[in-house]
Amino acid sequence: GRGWRGRGLREGHAGGGVARGPSPGSQGQPPPPVQPHYPPAPAGPSWVCRAVLGEGHQRTVRKVAWSPCGTYLASASFDATTCIWKKQPDGFECVTTLEGHENEVKSVAWAPSGNLLATCSRDKSVWVWEVDEEEEYECVSVLNSHTQDVKHVVWHPNQELLASASYDDTVKLYHEEEDDWVCCATLEGHESTVWSVAFDGSGERLASCSDDKTVRIWRRYKPGNEEGVACSGTDPTWKCVCNLSGFHTRTIYDVAWCHLTGALATACGDDAIRVFEESSPAAPQQPTFSLAAHVARAHSQDVNCVAWNPKEPGLLASCSDDGEIAFWKYQRPEVC
Amino acid sequence: KVTGVGVGVGVNASHPLTLEELNVVEQVRVKVNDAESTVAVEFTPTIPHCSMATLIGLSIKVKLIRSLPERFKVDVHITPGTHASEHAVNKQLADKERVAAALENSHLLEVVNQCLSARS
Repeated sequence: GRGWRGRGLREGHAGGGVARGPSPGSQGQPPPPVQPHYPPAPAGPSWVCRAVLGEGHQRTVRKVAWSPCGTYLASASFDATTCIWKKQPDGFECVTTLEGHENEVKSVAWAPSGNLLATCSRDKSVWVWEVDEEEEYECVSVLNSHTQDVKHVVWHPNQELLASASYDDTVKLYHEEEDDWVCCATLEGHESTVWSVAFDGSGERLASCSDDKTVRIWRRYKPGNEEGVACSGTDPTWKCVCNLSGFHTRTIYDVAWCHLTGALATACGDDAIRVFEESSPAAPQQPTFSLAAHVARAHSQDVNCVAWNPKEPGLLASCSDDGEIAFWKYQRPEVC
Repeated sequence: KVTGVGVGVGVNASHPLTLEELNVVEQVRVKVNDAESTVAVEFTPTIPHCSMATLIGLSIKVKLIRSLPERFKVDVHITPGTHASEHAVNKQLADKERVAAALENSHLLEVVNQCLSARS
């Protein structure tokens, strides 16, 4: 169901929840199978802006990422720097600024260990940074595998494996091999810019979304796999096992894979949010995903980002060019 | 130098000319779908230089975004078959992040504004 929505003020983008009725179904689309649920105006939790960090960047802040421990926030900016902020009792303090990229930093991500950070940029490179207990950051690798602007980086949920998405239409994977970071796989197939990638909870699959209006699901095949998929040396091969096409009418800017429930959410330039669920029984070689929910006018402009709450199943946040952040309560429909 | 757009386009800074006066565009076709809030613009650049085509496309895009209600999606591309680098140019124009970053450059913004201004 579609829960309450924070009616943001343009300046603050946080606010009290307001219950909202269903949007008209978009033309040609089947109505979402989820029965809408209209809660009363919430007496419960609402979102309040606690801090505005205005001193760190000179240009657009493109991405933010919380450290796994929750103490640090990294912010990636068009000013070519990445700021690291530390949570204090009375606010946030910038503890360091990572420099080195030649132009706009597009994304930043923390590894689950909390010791590694990755950034990527229009300068086509991906940087890996190591942080020690004294909060000292050091660049340990500059990866120049992509041939164009890199849009997004994300870490594997439990291994030191990094994925990146690029304007060169590919996804690349990197790991450390003999003290050096290398590109160990390139996923080709998308026909235009790949805007984002997300691992599933197991880390055996990856979802990518693109300007080509498709979401692709990739599966990892290790050397010696019983399906007979060829691998080169000791590196696993990633194969595309599912292509979700025909659902989105414009560029897909973000994809988020819930590690609690397996639901896949997308943020699209047609103002809609969609949630896909894998049909069971699961056929690993050829999984099928079906559209479980479609909110046609989730925002009044492009949806840029979606994120699942890591602790509360079904709680989804989204943000848009319209300046709002919205919160959604999703429930897997009975028949899917 | 800004994202994929050459700044040296031969515009004489002290006597700025509009796109029409420069004769850099042959034909502009516009398709509006009000119900779906989309505007698609096709333009034919007369100059084969890639930077010029990008600048023209960017100027058209900026003009429309400034003039239309926020709900409109604006797509600007080169008339198919009329430019050697049309794929590369179209791809840049379609990338809103690249366009936004480029327009944060005050020099480029100045050039775009000059392209769009009427001669007094």
